[in-house]
Amino acid sequence: MKTILFIFSVFYSLTGLAIVDGHEYIFADGNSQENQQKANLFRSLSEELRCPKCQNQNLADSNAMIAGDLRRELYQQVKAGGDEQSIIEFMVNRYGEFVLYRPKVNTMTYVLWFGPVALLLIALICLGFIVRKRKQVQQSTSQVLSGDQQKRLEELLGKDKGDGNV
Amino acid sequence: MKRWALFIPFIIFVLLGFLLWRGLYLDPKDVPSALVNKSFPEFNLPTLVAGETKTQSSLQGDVHLVNVWGTWCISCKVEHPFLVKLAQQGVKIVGVNYKDENDPARQWLSELGNPYLYSVDDEAGTLSMDLGVTGAPETFFVDAKGVIRYKHQGPITQGNWAPLEKIWLGLIEEAKQGGQP
Repeated sequence: MKTILFIFSVFYSLTGLAIVDGHEYIFADGNSQENQQKANLFRSLSEELRCPKCQNQNLADSNAMIAGDLRRELYQQVKAGGDEQSIIEFMVNRYGEFVLYRPKVNTMTYVLWFGPVALLLIALICLGFIVRKRKQVQQSTSQVLSGDQQKRLEELLGKDKGDGNV
Repeated sequence: MKRWALFIPFIIFVLLGFLLWRGLYLDPKDVPSALVNKSFPEFNLPTLVAGETKTQSSLQGDVHLVNVWGTWCISCKVEHPFLVKLAQQGVKIVGVNYKDENDPARQWLSELGNPYLYSVDDEAGTLSMDLGVTGAPETFFVDAKGVIRYKHQGPITQGNWAPLEKIWLGLIEEAKQGGQP
């Protein structure tokens, strides 16, 4: 048992292993650090690229035929030393920006990227207006009380206080 | 605050409602192809029946429909009779036999009729990957210069051919005008 564990630990320290969708993708060409980096890149890209056939599943998640093909392609490219940028470009050139879960910032996606911030700003401005309005209303109503009314108000408040003590 | 400002929330509501209402009738599966207005990707593949080698330049000089199909694909079987009919009407169709075995594919063509000028054998799926194919059937409208002009996802049938025919005739017309000096 100990020898098996030893062999396993040696093996895994030399290879980068990515388990995606129950399949094991092993990177064992370079030194252990490179292998680990490749395994990490493979894992992050398979989670970040969307299956072109599916509405909301990434390549790692999907069982669609095309997702399997693209996982294999991704594995080959990562294994061959492709960097993140070139792999993403490869996918976008074929399947369009649909495959990106984090779409690029361009004129088509401005609303997507900045819409929520703009809505938040509008909401804050509206809130500011409402708060200011309320303050004005409060101030103006407090001035509306005539001398007599003010006296009566204080009387009532005073009475209230007195009652409370009983 | 001015009186009209009270209507701002209502206006926002109406705009948002319109946006969402429109969204109900959009097809989320209708993803624009990344390859429209790009040259047909390079390939070098044998044909299924004659075994000749074809490349992307084989598509130049005439307008073609490039139809991606496979014997494993049920919608392709639905589509097939209509493709045969189109071929009889003179539409030039080139097949891409996608991730398929040769023998059943040849049998399919001999039994159901062969609407294709030729079908290239893309068993490994490399050409289909370069075409951004997500599933069969898919049909690319390729103009006489070998540029992809339109992509149709799913089967072509009598029911949806009318708008596609317009695209097809437009490309034919364009090729005729381009051919004249």
